[in-house]
Amino acid sequence: MVIALGERSLLLDVGIRAVFHTALLFGVFLLFAGHNAPGGGFIGGLVTAAAFVLRFVGDPDGEQGRPLPFHPTTLLGGGLALAVLTGVAAWLFGGDLLESGKATLDLPLVGDVKVTSALPFDIGVYLVVVGLVGTVLTTLGTEREQRS
Amino acid sequence: MTVTLALTVGALFAFGTYLLLQRTLTRVVIGLGLMGHGANLLLLLAGGRAGDAPFVSDDGPPAAAADPLPQALALTAIVITFGVTAFLLALAYRSWQHTHDDDVEDDPEDRRIAALASEEHTPARQGES
Amino acid sequence: MRVLLPLPVVLPLLAAGASLALHRHRWLQRALGLLTLTAVLGVSIALLLEVRADGIGVVDVGGWEAPIGITLVADLLAVIMLAIATAMLLVVLVYAIGHPATEDTRRFFHPTYLVLAAGVSLAFLTGDLFNLFVAFEIMLIASYVLITLGGSEPQVRSGMTYVVFSLLSSTLFVTAVGLVYAATGTVNLADLAGRLDGIDPAIRNALGLMLLVVFGVKAAIFPLFSWLPDSYPTAPSPVTAIFAGLLTKVGVYAIIRTQTLLFPADGASEVLLAIAALTMVVGVLGAIAQNDVKRILSFHIVSQIGYMILGLGLFSVAGIAGAIFYIVHHIVVKTTLFLVSGLIEVSAGTGALSRLSGLTRRAPVVAVLFALPALSLAGIPPFSGFVAKLALVQAGLDIDQGLVIGVSLLVSLLTLFSMTKIWAGAFWGAPSEVEAPDDAGGDRALRPPPLMVGATAALVLTSLVIAFGAAPLYDLSHDAATALMAPDGYVGAVLDR
Repeated sequence: MVIALGERSLLLDVGIRAVFHTALLFGVFLLFAGHNAPGGGFIGGLVTAAAFVLRFVGDPDGEQGRPLPFHPTTLLGGGLALAVLTGVAAWLFGGDLLESGKATLDLPLVGDVKVTSALPFDIGVYLVVVGLVGTVLTTLGTEREQRS
Repeated sequence: MTVTLALTVGALFAFGTYLLLQRTLTRVVIGLGLMGHGANLLLLLAGGRAGDAPFVSDDGPPAAAADPLPQALALTAIVITFGVTAFLLALAYRSWQHTHDDDVEDDPEDRRIAALASEEHTPARQGES
Repeated sequence: MRVLLPLPVVLPLLAAGASLALHRHRWLQRALGLLTLTAVLGVSIALLLEVRADGIGVVDVGGWEAPIGITLVADLLAVIMLAIATAMLLVVLVYAIGHPATEDTRRFFHPTYLVLAAGVSLAFLTGDLFNLFVAFEIMLIASYVLITLGGSEPQVRSGMTYVVFSLLSSTLFVTAVGLVYAATGTVNLADLAGRLDGIDPAIRNALGLMLLVVFGVKAAIFPLFSWLPDSYPTAPSPVTAIFAGLLTKVGVYAIIRTQTLLFPADGASEVLLAIAALTMVVGVLGAIAQNDVKRILSFHIVSQIGYMILGLGLFSVAGIAGAIFYIVHHIVVKTTLFLVSGLIEVSAGTGALSRLSGLTRRAPVVAVLFALPALSLAGIPPFSGFVAKLALVQAGLDIDQGLVIGVSLLVSLLTLFSMTKIWAGAFWGAPSEVEAPDDAGGDRALRPPPLMVGATAALVLTSLVIAFGAAPLYDLSHDAATALMAPDGYVGAVLDR
């Protein structure tokens, strides 16, 4: 590893702090943008995961607290289950497996929002990607954990 | 345009094969990645020439739209290549943790057979090889 | 049918997600795995009955109709394979729960196993070439994880061989799919069957050969089998057992499906028969040269794949029926033998024949459990292997393919020889000193856990049922083969609804 454990770079810390939340938000933006525009669950998940990777590079031992209150594997499993459930949900409306539907919601203040059933599927994919990268970081990333 | 892409596919496969035949694990992984890209590009090429965005844009005749299916197939294949490459890297890392060496190890069976071949003058071992 | 057909894919995937989310609760993971696979087994049997009664079932995924969208197709061959595969997955899961070294502290075993189940089901049910690639990848990625689960040095080394080899063939698969699409403009199998007739025969043959190579790697036919005996023996016993039973047979299934549907031959195919003969001979010779129980059995997988390709190569209804019957028999028997080799390792602490001795006295149950499937593998009457080989021999003699049948009989003899080698080495003689495995010390090592013995015994019984109830199973295989030899039924069911 290039970054020596235990030694922290101030520049890196500040830089990461500036970028982290922007990257998180951009990831979520890509997730919702992706139906007719470039984006989607996979890309959004990768951008969000990249934010977590950055944070991990700056703080490999979790001294600033863990970024998630639960294990990332839970996220991975939950995302997979959500994506499958979305596919199955089409049966309830008399469609075929994975058939997509859309609805227009009239939200107060926001106005009309078009929602497709591809969105929860995409959210599932998003969670899988973020959870996967998180799991990789916790199992492979920390050399200290490996040696013990 | 298509000739350029076809040549690119060929080059990716050539370099990938060359790297795959190396002894170093990281090069094998990179070689497999290159070949995967070559295959994905080929999949994209199978759809014919580029055209308008299908489904979303209503302007232009349907014949001018690009074939969306190979794009969807290529996208799926890219994600799969991504996942498998990540796994291979993890495996290569694990292998480095065990041996502190990036080379592909000798297969124990190969060693045994090589040993048998060098002892060929001893008649007792010949029956086994 | 609309809901029933996708369930064998959907249920394990859903359960895999839940199992990952519950990764801290091992008992919940176990219950979820068992429950899901039992449900899938029920669904596959229901599918089998329904397809037998009403013919081929077809479901469009996502509401897109056949040549455009992905279709799931359940014909008789697919549901037979699905039912037997799910049954094996369930039994091996029971065995794995009892196996001390597989499940311990590995929270990823259960989710990965369920993903493997989903991939296998999808491979059988898909009616789309690209989706077949996806199914293979789901199955293979799960198998990569399972084969390297412990992360020990030999596992990583042989796992690397396995992953690189599989990945190379997957890349070739994508390339083949791209070329098929470029030549025909479709990846739907039923649609392809019609369109491949119209293209240049040279291109058609090249595509057929390319797909044969791709599936040949997965099926471990000669000369593409070298990865198999190298990588299988290092994994934990239950994992090796399920790989040995299922994964190569998914490759064989894909070969049968594509060769009968897309590239049908007029008569016996010399190429396939030559491959079959070479696979049988090379596999069994490799087995004879080995000295470790699992390695011997791994080479036998290769040898047995030859018999299945032989049945296909005859390209007659009787030949393909024999091949299907052989696959069913082989899946059960091979899985059993690997489970027994796991029992041997637990009882004696090693699988090396040079260090094993006298197990008949120390573990008589294991000896019986080994003897029955071993005799069946060699094709001794009245076991299921005899029925399977008899069907193939008759089919071969019907169309005057005496040479390859002669080879297959010789290989049977050699199979029996190498089984006797295990028997004489491991079971006869004076009991050796117990070498306790690292993770189980002392007396515990002598007695395999009852769950493992129970699961193995259940499979031995299944194999006996196949032998004595051979007639209905053979009728089923015959119906499936008749349908395969007349691909118009498949094409019609998918395209004209």
